[in-house]
Amino acid sequence: MLRLLQGLNFKNYTPRYYFIASSDTTSLSKIKELEQSVEKHKQGEYHICKIPRSRVVNQSYITSIFTTLYAILYSIPLVFKIVPDLILCNGPGTCIPVCGLGFLLKTLFIKDVKIVFVESFCRTRTLSLSGKILLYLADVFVVQWMCLKDRIQRADYIGQLM
Amino acid sequence: MIKENIAFKNLFVTVGTTKFSKLIDTITKKEVLDILQSLGITFVQLQTGKDFPGPKLDPNVEQLCSIRSESGSYTVELEKKITLKYNEYFEDFNNEIEKSDLVISHAGAGTCLEVLHKKKPLLVVINEDLMDNHQMELAEELENQGYLYHCTCNTLVQALKQDFSALKHYSKPEKFVFSRFLDKCIGLSDGK
Repeated sequence: MLRLLQGLNFKNYTPRYYFIASSDTTSLSKIKELEQSVEKHKQGEYHICKIPRSRVVNQSYITSIFTTLYAILYSIPLVFKIVPDLILCNGPGTCIPVCGLGFLLKTLFIKDVKIVFVESFCRTRTLSLSGKILLYLADVFVVQWMCLKDRIQRADYIGQLM
Repeated sequence: MIKENIAFKNLFVTVGTTKFSKLIDTITKKEVLDILQSLGITFVQLQTGKDFPGPKLDPNVEQLCSIRSESGSYTVELEKKITLKYNEYFEDFNNEIEKSDLVISHAGAGTCLEVLHKKKPLLVVINEDLMDNHQMELAEELENQGYLYHCTCNTLVQALKQDFSALKHYSKPEKFVFSRFLDKCIGLSDGK
């Protein structure tokens, strides 16, 4: 995800709220590195929000229901306070509750939130679980492989991203 | 036949943060070491991942070598022809990739991309013990497009006999592809 943000003009995308899994220390340091690479006057404002994971890799679907529920409850005050214009996400379980709530803001006519999903680079032929869910919630659905685009009618392929 | 048009000296073997001891053990099998030597490799850096119990060598190999160990890192010298160095982890992976002439890696997307961006010949070894293995999808696709080779631990010897000079260079993406697209999505520009 952070690789994608590198070309972005941060002045136009501020304030930025990074939602990361609470256990994810790698992303935390990468965010700080990215933010520090941007010149101060162009930077604007950013915040980091740590939320619980809704599903860890290989977790069973049944228990995922409860962990997802917890992640959603945890995210409600955050998303309703921020009221984002744009949600950009790339698929780990962390993004589902946030996107769901963003979608809710939209259906309640509180804010016309734009949800942009970028499917993982690993997915060349099939969608991830997040992808399958967000197929219904996202406004823009980007895949990174032409062969996946051929299977998913509404997906966009915009060229090599990684 | 092994082509000799690429001079390999240093090999980097990496499992990233995964547990893949089978790959580490496969590298030190006699038939694998033989083919590595025939490729010209004299130094093998293995990144083993956490809790590495120490080198497990093929009995045919063990008699011929000396093992030194210091603070979690092992060095194995084999008949003065090939040196194997084991480390659990590296802070700076990029540096290790940079130093190598050939990389044998697990199928993690992050590692594959790092290696391909550095234009190093890459052989990806699929961990068959992992269920729900969608990383294989990626390795297959990248092989189809000619950027790397992939194999399993059992087919490693055969895979090393392929012509690595035939691999295509993977170019970095254009920096602003995504930002231009996103600007357009939110109506910031006309997308020209």
